[in-house]
Amino acid sequence: MKIWTGAVLASALAAVPLSAEPVEDTLILNEDITLVTRTAAPDHLSDVMDEVISGWHFRGTETRAMQADDFDNPGMIFVEQAEEVWNTVDGSEGKSCASCHEGPESMAGVRPVYPKYNEAAGEVRTLEMQINDCRENRMGAETWKYTGGDMVNMTALLASVSRGMPVNVAIDGPAQSTWEAGKELYYTRTGQLELACSNCHEDNYGNMIRADHLSQGQINGFPVYRLKNTKLNAAHARFKGCIRDTRAETYSPGSPEFIALELYVASRGNGLSVEGPSIRN
Amino acid sequence: MERIFLAILALTASTFSGAAEEIAPTAVVYVDGGVETSLTGTAGDPAMGREIVGNKSLGNCVACHEVTDLADVPFHGEIGPMLDGAGDRWTEAELRGIVANAKIMFEDSMMPSFYKTEGFIRPGNAYTGEAADDTFGPLLTAQQIEDVVAYLATLKE
Ligand code: HEC
Ligand code: HEC
Repeated sequence: MKIWTGAVLASALAAVPLSAEPVEDTLILNEDITLVTRTAAPDHLSDVMDEVISGWHFRGTETRAMQADDFDNPGMIFVEQAEEVWNTVDGSEGKSCASCHEGPESMAGVRPVYPKYNEAAGEVRTLEMQINDCRENRMGAETWKYTGGDMVNMTALLASVSRGMPVNVAIDGPAQSTWEAGKELYYTRTGQLELACSNCHEDNYGNMIRADHLSQGQINGFPVYRLKNTKLNAAHARFKGCIRDTRAETYSPGSPEFIALELYVASRGNGLSVEGPSIRN
Repeated sequence: MERIFLAILALTASTFSGAAEEIAPTAVVYVDGGVETSLTGTAGDPAMGREIVGNKSLGNCVACHEVTDLADVPFHGEIGPMLDGAGDRWTEAELRGIVANAKIMFEDSMMPSFYKTEGFIRPGNAYTGEAADDTFGPLLTAQQIEDVVAYLATLKE
């Protein structure tokens, strides 16, 4: 049933939004929770923009609708797969995620605050890093590839149980230097096209760049299910694609640069609801 | 065989004799953002220029600019100004400067520099995401710049 839905939905891909403005609409999840998809910009952004807007507003009618109902959201298939993995014992310690954490709902509130400074490790950690830390050190299991299927599915499960909660990453204290490094990257014009994230996602959101309707490049909806490649896509994979498109040498998913960039980009969405897994073209 | 080849070469050279030598990206002289001298000494071909402006894998100018004359090419962007009338607004020298390196005419412009080879941060090998190698060159060749300039000059209101 769900596979069938996916095939039908893939054909909606052809419908490219042609309106330039972010669409006026309200995202009500499963006719139940109203998500915050536009809100006042966080203080640290108030000199450059008044409002932060989820990428959901920049997508077409069908794509937006698909995300409003879990039965229509192809990303939820991967969430279900991750639920199984959550309960599956792996590694030398004979443990699963559930052995330490009970149900996935116990993770509500985690996604919104990551990336987050880890006191014991003395570093800012992404959710992926934390997942791999549990696998390696608590389960005695092999780490997952940073943007591989198991990993991105698990991050989708963790995002899904926090949907509706506001993104709220800390940017001060021990996280501040990482945040500053991310901000530096955000405004650096890379590659032969000499384009920074800000050129497209701060100066030109709402405008078309060839066939693409530029959003603010927010990551509150990650991981995103893309109709284009019919799988879940991690934020670092998106960063890599965007940098590649400036004709630059990219950084790698999981690199210190992308960890810093993720913290910074996440902080630009502080106040928006967690939406992952969301749908994009 | 080799003789014929040489003869053709000689002929080609003589066709261009008297023409200026191609100006390297690093040797272009900008005055008030414009470039007086042709980069090749060979007149640009507006038909070629039209192709370059619209083609995704060449200039891809329509990624950012709308051009009514190119209505047959789908999806024009809205990042830069519409190019209709560019030939009225700018002289040939100014157009050459804008296309070669728009950041001299328009400080901090988002428009890429199409005839520049130095000063990039993490330049890549085209759209591979890999580092640039020794095949790295400007986005457009000197003659392609001339072709684009010739085409823009035809865009009159
Ligand atoms: C040349 C233009 C350009 C540049 C530069 C650019 N992007 Fe993007 N980006 C796009 C386009 C086009 C899309 C797809 C449409 C959209 O969501 O904006 C996109 C999408 C995204 C998305 C997905 C948003 C969503 O809701 O699905 C994120 C996140 C993102 N970009 C982050 C970045 C970051 C971080 C940088 C810099 C490292 C960057 N982008 C640089 C063009 C660009
Ligand atoms: C990534 C975006 C981008 C691309 C690609 C781009 N431009 Fe531009 N262009 C701009 C912007 C923005 C301006 C406005 C100048 C400024 O920065 O204030 C501009 C200005 C111009 C102008 C002056 C406009 C006027 O009529 O006053 C011309 C002419 C021009 N561009 C031609 C081209 C050509 C030809 C190409 C391709 C070979 C091209 N552009 C590619 C962004 C772009």
